[in-house]
Amino acid sequence: MLGKPSRTGRTLQYLALAAYLIFLGFPLVWLLSTAFKPPRELVQLHPTLIPSNPTVQNFVQAFTEQELGRAAWNSLQVSLASAVLTVLVAMPASYALARFKSKLGTLALGWVLLSQLFPFVLLIIPIFLVLRQAGLANSHAGLVLIYVVWALPFALWMLQGFVRNIPRELEEAASVDGASRLQTLRRVVFPLLAPGLVATALFSFISAWNEFFFALVLIKTPELQTLPVALARFVGIEGTARLGPLAAGALLATLPSLIFFAFMQRRLSSGSLAGAVKG
Amino acid sequence: MTTLRVGKPHKARSDKLTIYLLLLPSLLPVLLLSVFPLLRGIYLGFTDARAGRNVDVTFTGFENYKELLGDEMFWNSFKIGLIWALGVTVLQFVLALGLALLLNQQLRFRGVARVLSVVPWAMPPVVVGILWKLVYHPDAGLLNEFFHRIGADGLRANWLGDFSTALPAVIIVGVWAGMPQTTVVLLAGLQGVAPELHEAAAVDGASAWHRFRHVTLPALAPVIVAITSLDFIWNFNSFGLVYVLTAGGPGGKTMLPMLFAYEEAFRYGNYGYAAALGNVMVVIIVALLAIYLRRRLREAN
Repeated sequence: MLGKPSRTGRTLQYLALAAYLIFLGFPLVWLLSTAFKPPRELVQLHPTLIPSNPTVQNFVQAFTEQELGRAAWNSLQVSLASAVLTVLVAMPASYALARFKSKLGTLALGWVLLSQLFPFVLLIIPIFLVLRQAGLANSHAGLVLIYVVWALPFALWMLQGFVRNIPRELEEAASVDGASRLQTLRRVVFPLLAPGLVATALFSFISAWNEFFFALVLIKTPELQTLPVALARFVGIEGTARLGPLAAGALLATLPSLIFFAFMQRRLSSGSLAGAVKG
Repeated sequence: MTTLRVGKPHKARSDKLTIYLLLLPSLLPVLLLSVFPLLRGIYLGFTDARAGRNVDVTFTGFENYKELLGDEMFWNSFKIGLIWALGVTVLQFVLALGLALLLNQQLRFRGVARVLSVVPWAMPPVVVGILWKLVYHPDAGLLNEFFHRIGADGLRANWLGDFSTALPAVIIVGVWAGMPQTTVVLLAGLQGVAPELHEAAAVDGASAWHRFRHVTLPALAPVIVAITSLDFIWNFNSFGLVYVLTAGGPGGKTMLPMLFAYEEAFRYGNYGYAAALGNVMVVIIVALLAIYLRRRLREAN
């Protein structure tokens, strides 16, 4: 480090850090607190920051009354299917992108960046029409297809970075030993690629789990709706006592991505993911 | 044509075949559900397409755009979209840079701050919306209760329901939700700045502010340009957060262009008109980014 900042400098830095902690942290504390408050505390005139009689009743209620349980189960199925499919489809393509320099690869990566530019509203109407023609508009299968396509660009980008980290010499050695290309892939590349595949699957799972817009537009049957859509519908129901189950449901909906981020935390905050992701 | 870098010449053809086979499972769905819909969507913007199964679609050229020009609701939503996107992006950047600089120092509680700075990123937009609805709640909300406890009852408000406070309140939520990612990217950029440069500048007697202005900022410039551009695109196209918070209300005060287009398409069934709105948004984003990137490039030279 450079010469120590002055005492006032340090104090100011800590004040600023405290302000950030309050801004970032208090809304989270409030969500937690609301989720554990009994109805009586929810409707009281001046709510407290910490519930005096914490209860898990809101969680039970969220699952039984508002059918968030079924929505969570739907979300789980859709997200798992998306994760598995994304990995299966991205694995061969990322290998091709990393190992062969082809114009197609450059084109594919160009599309990744370009597709960021376009608002979903341009995509959603034609996608809706295509899916309706295939009879998949109001179904989980249709949703999974969209999520895979949506996760693919970033998944490819990430996964090809992992492939590049596998020394080419390993493959050449296997090939000199008489292994066919397929055997080389199966015995040498895939085992070494495991962490990358896990990361890709997690990424795809989380984007499907969190996705709202497509699910809102495409799924019309209430029994099929996913967790974010069910939660958003729940918001429409007014009444202060309802806030408890709503907070509980919201909290549970965050758990999967929170676990994912805890898993990736070190790579994220050290910035080394940038290395894994670079093209 | 595909140019190959590896493989001996006589293997080139089988290699090419392998590449196509490997890419096909990805390419096919992307073409079918991303490239094709996008082109179709752009085209729809020049037609009078409407919801319904057996509706004739006719090409109407720039008819939709003429209508948009005279649509007061569109201009209103466009203005709100610009305030939202610019406001969130700028605040997000300034606050994230501040936090990243702090996190790059040897401070206590840095670990807590790092974890906290990532949590909002991990939350689904719908959950962020719900969370802030609870904070802004007029009766049971954290913010109003805070003002009550410090004896400033006059500051209590119906934050999301009031015409004057709704848009600022929503912008704050956008900043909260998007700041973490920007912070992480900027922090990674900061850690890439060579300490030797700082030391050299310090030896030359440069003040902390001078070192920041003339060493840190220039080294960070490419990262800043990249993340602010992306943030701007994401913010301009965002939907879920504001949909949950206000659904465009009160009285259209937070009707972002995406929400407006969603209503046009799925409430009123005006597919062609909504697609035209999407096209206009793309053109505007590209134009604004072009201006921004050109200015940055000129500054760099």
